Amino acid sequence: MFRNQYDSDITTWSPQGRIHQIEYAMEAVKQGSAVVGLKSKTHSVLLVVKRSADELASYQQKLLRIDDHLGLAFAGLTSDARVLSNFMRTEAMNSRMLYGRPLPTYRIVNAVANKAQTNTQRYGGRPYGVGLLVAGYDDAGAHLYECSPSGNFFDYVAIAIGARSQSAKTYLEKHYESFEESSLDDLVVHGLHALADTLQQDKELNLNNCSVGIVGAGTKFATIDGDELQRYLDLHAQSARARGAAPAPVGESDAPAPMDTE
Amino acid sequence: MAPQDWMEAEKQGAVQHAFSPYTDNGGTSLAIAGEDFCLVAADTRQSEGYSINSRYAPKAYKFSNGAVLATSGMHADGHTLAKRLDQRLEWYEHNHGKKMSVGAMAQMLSTILYQKRFFPYYTFNILGGLDENGKGAIYTYDPVGSHEREGWRAAGSGGSLVQPFLDNQIGHKHQQSPQVPITLEKALKVAKDAFSGAAERDIYTGDMAELFIITKDGVHVEQYPLKRD
Repeated sequence: MFRNQYDSDITTWSPQGRIHQIEYAMEAVKQGSAVVGLKSKTHSVLLVVKRSADELASYQQKLLRIDDHLGLAFAGLTSDARVLSNFMRTEAMNSRMLYGRPLPTYRIVNAVANKAQTNTQRYGGRPYGVGLLVAGYDDAGAHLYECSPSGNFFDYVAIAIGARSQSAKTYLEKHYESFEESSLDDLVVHGLHALADTLQQDKELNLNNCSVGIVGAGTKFATIDGDELQRYLDLHAQSARARGAAPAPVGESDAPAPMDTE
Repeated sequence: MAPQDWMEAEKQGAVQHAFSPYTDNGGTSLAIAGEDFCLVAADTRQSEGYSINSRYAPKAYKFSNGAVLATSGMHADGHTLAKRLDQRLEWYEHNHGKKMSVGAMAQMLSTILYQKRFFPYYTFNILGGLDENGKGAIYTYDPVGSHEREGWRAAGSGGSLVQPFLDNQIGHKHQQSPQVPITLEKALKVAKDAFSGAAERDIYTGDMAELFIITKDGVHVEQYPLKRD
């Protein structure tokens, strides 16, 4: 009711104990196209829907490499994502220079969150308008974190943010118990199912409008784009056909069983 | 103290001590550029004065774009320079989505060195790799970044012993033999003989030579033991 009086300034609390500017910044994240993250014991995977401004335009890249063992997907203001990713890259390199070892995922996420929080308590600035899903792999295993404009960060086994991400979360909530022991292929296919659920009615995942980022044991962070995606899209389509009411494991044949003739 | 006092002090044998940020760790490096390969090599002995600090302290560094940098002079400066180059290569990949070409890296190294014009990296660098046409390329530097592309070069404490040998064997100088482009096999033989020769006469060169062979298939490292005296 009094929202309009207390929402112009990051340094103003509302009588209900809220800072509306932070919530508005989080709205910006919800406007971005969906990104999904999920992890197993050995790998952390990020999947994104890419939008293009125009039929003639390219599709916006939503995956960024930070280091061999760290990558992120973002939803929201691309320029804010670029600034934060440059910060993370500097931190990652400094960590290698100073300590001779890769930057632990928890540390960088903490640093980003602290940076984001500063902008929620400083007059004359604004919060970052981007949500990050950070995927990492280090001595402590596979990691998946969400960083939000509020300065909060959370540890997840699976998460989705951005437009219509609730549909993805619903899928992930149903299947997350099988992720830990999943193979990499199965994990990616689960992710594609979740991602596909965020698309509008007449749209489908194709080589242009999605990307996959993978990091894990023995796997440096890499983005899979374009033609290389075909294999995973095929596995996803196969799995979608095999899926009835219950999820079927990938690789199971969807041809009818041969008839007993004797 | 007035100037007269200094002259008096010098006559009496007084010496003013000052901290020097530089030291010479000795060692020899060389590089040879071929038609479709590049050979960069450096010995692994690290010395200080008449002492040996280490028999295995490599001074040639491999980079993510397939280039190899051989440093000589001060080991700490060479090592740190290599770490900084690693970082710059990483930023380049982040910002441009591809690996840095050897030619671009060569120019960049020159600017990095000149930026410390008034407190230089005490390193005598040779950068080797394959150019954008797949041909071997080496670039040689002075400590403040003066550089040029050459066919072969030796640097370091044994540089003056090895360079004339390379001029003759690689560059066919002062010879009337047919001008055949150098093969990898010949280059390796020449390089190993060069190190053996340098190890004989230069006290700072010895223990082992590490040879980096750069081809389109990647970078292969060979270790060649040298006299340890």
